[in-house]
Amino acid sequence: MGDVLVARNLVKVYDDLRAVDDVSFAVQPGEFFGILGPNGAGKTTTLEILEGLRPADSGQAILLGNPSWPRDTDVLRRVGVQLQASSFFERLTTREQIRTFAALYDVAPATADEWLGRVGLDDKADTRAEKLSGGQRQRLSIACALVHDPEIVFLDEPTAALDPQARRNLWDLLGSLNDNGRTVIITTHYMDEAEALCDRVAIMDRGKILQLDSPAALIRELEAAVRISLDPQAISATDAEGIDGVDQVEEDAAALTLSTHDPAHVLAELATRGSLAGLQVKGANLEDVFLTLTGREYRA
Amino acid sequence: MTAFVSLSQAMLKGFLRDRQAVFFSVFFPLMFLVLFGGVFADQDQSKIDLIQVGDVKLIDDLPEQARAAFDEAFEVDESDDRAAALAELRDGDVDLVVEEDGDQIVMRYSEADQVASAVAQGTLRSFVEAANVAASGEPPTYTLRGERVEDESLSTIQFVTPGLLGWAVATSATFGAAATLVGWRSSKLLRRLRLAPVSTTSIVAARIGVTVMIALVQMAIFLGLGVTVFDLQLTGNWWLSIPLLVAGTLSFMSLGLLAGSVAKTVEGATSLANIFVLPMAFLAGSFFPLDGAPRWLDIVSHLLPLRYLNDGMLDVMVRGEGPSATLLPLAVLLGFAVVVVAIAGRFFSWDTD
Repeated sequence: MGDVLVARNLVKVYDDLRAVDDVSFAVQPGEFFGILGPNGAGKTTTLEILEGLRPADSGQAILLGNPSWPRDTDVLRRVGVQLQASSFFERLTTREQIRTFAALYDVAPATADEWLGRVGLDDKADTRAEKLSGGQRQRLSIACALVHDPEIVFLDEPTAALDPQARRNLWDLLGSLNDNGRTVIITTHYMDEAEALCDRVAIMDRGKILQLDSPAALIRELEAAVRISLDPQAISATDAEGIDGVDQVEEDAAALTLSTHDPAHVLAELATRGSLAGLQVKGANLEDVFLTLTGREYRA
Repeated sequence: MTAFVSLSQAMLKGFLRDRQAVFFSVFFPLMFLVLFGGVFADQDQSKIDLIQVGDVKLIDDLPEQARAAFDEAFEVDESDDRAAALAELRDGDVDLVVEEDGDQIVMRYSEADQVASAVAQGTLRSFVEAANVAASGEPPTYTLRGERVEDESLSTIQFVTPGLLGWAVATSATFGAAATLVGWRSSKLLRRLRLAPVSTTSIVAARIGVTVMIALVQMAIFLGLGVTVFDLQLTGNWWLSIPLLVAGTLSFMSLGLLAGSVAKTVEGATSLANIFVLPMAFLAGSFFPLDGAPRWLDIVSHLLPLRYLNDGMLDVMVRGEGPSATLLPLAVLLGFAVVVVAIAGRFFSWDTD
């Protein structure tokens, strides 16, 4: 089977802003694909073009083998969508919301109710959607996007505006979405989220894709130093500098930090010396990738 | 079809749970109906209260036809206690006390309310004179025929029910369309629905279906209350107001669509809808008759869809006119809807961007 989603040289210009500037990528069936970037990077507009909400000025968007624009109801039956804001019917309860969405796709009410259980909203079934917490609302809107068991689902910043705890709670749910071979397209401006969930990540900034690969490969390509921090008492700065492979040593009241490109050797050496007190090892993450790619600090 | 039904259910529940919307489209106009129908009703038709002390041959022996006319004009109480009757007269509780003294009929009145007493005296005198003419056995030389110039039969309730119903339907249809459009657009629900396999026709049809249903329920409540409580007299053609109401609903929904397309926020849309509906209700004669209105007002009012709905419903509900009376209003209401939808289409967008 070929690609389920193809973006080919997509361009969208608003006034003098190139919101989407020559974006191309292809997504395999069953992939968890992330589009990562700060606010205003063009993620949502790219998603809207791919979903078929608006046409591109030039380029092609192919969704499940058909052009995304103009919209085709037969294709839409196989696609799930969650939009940035949680879009619900006014004054309906949680159960009524999902049943209404289910009916739009000819899905039975019982299936809709099962989904409420799957996203942990059973006990909120009779609560009006307006009264749910931010995390519960997101769960409901994800359930509404999945109620017809779509082959591909688009989630636009599903964890935006949630506190860190609620965000991590949602990751379990999100991570299970492609278990049955479903393709998931997600946008986020959280680096850790993309790293934890996505098979591949497209890093976008100012309408362009800067890099596209698996999070691990992106980090590996950086060849960034691994940072090993120790209790300042564990080893003296001078001794640390003497270890083969240590590039740099920083010391402050709380910790002694060694930077290295050869962590295996350095850790083995520290172990032989019995100097592992307070050990913490940090590899590079996507934030470092973004910093390297754009030369700017990442601001969500 | 499932989509249409479930969207309709969602909209209907959304309306019924919106206390403010239900109040302003049903209970608020009903309060006016109670006010006009109950409190101000029939002020001009109060009968003359009369106490008859002992037998009064003139009144007791009136021929059947004359007796009916007499009862139209007088509310007669019979009593044997003259002192008590006179006390009531002095207190202003009755207008006349009448008794027989041989061939004389004695009519006692109070000058406290001179106009009422003059009317009461004059009315009773005319019956006495008619009886005299009849007693003479000669045909009367002159006869008098009276004809009312204003529309007969239109007591307050007859007139206000169609007008207030028109206003109520204009309110719910205009506000319903405007608020749904803006609310759904700003919550992005409209976009979300575009990405569901639902046709725009289903969404629009569901909205129209629900609004028409609400209009018919409003009609049932208004007519039900009018007939049972306020003695509203419907003519046999009242059901012709159903097609009028449906066409009117479409007209007002088009206004709501325009308000919702132009405005960016729910508040803006409701203000705009208010600007459309309230002056229209005044100018279209929902609150008072326009029979005596100056010519320019009459012309302005004939530019408004509500005027045609009100006139049409008045014609078929209480004036007893037939299907032909609905043709012009139907044509105008539907034409208006088409034109306004076309204008709204120029401003409409799915998104808030």
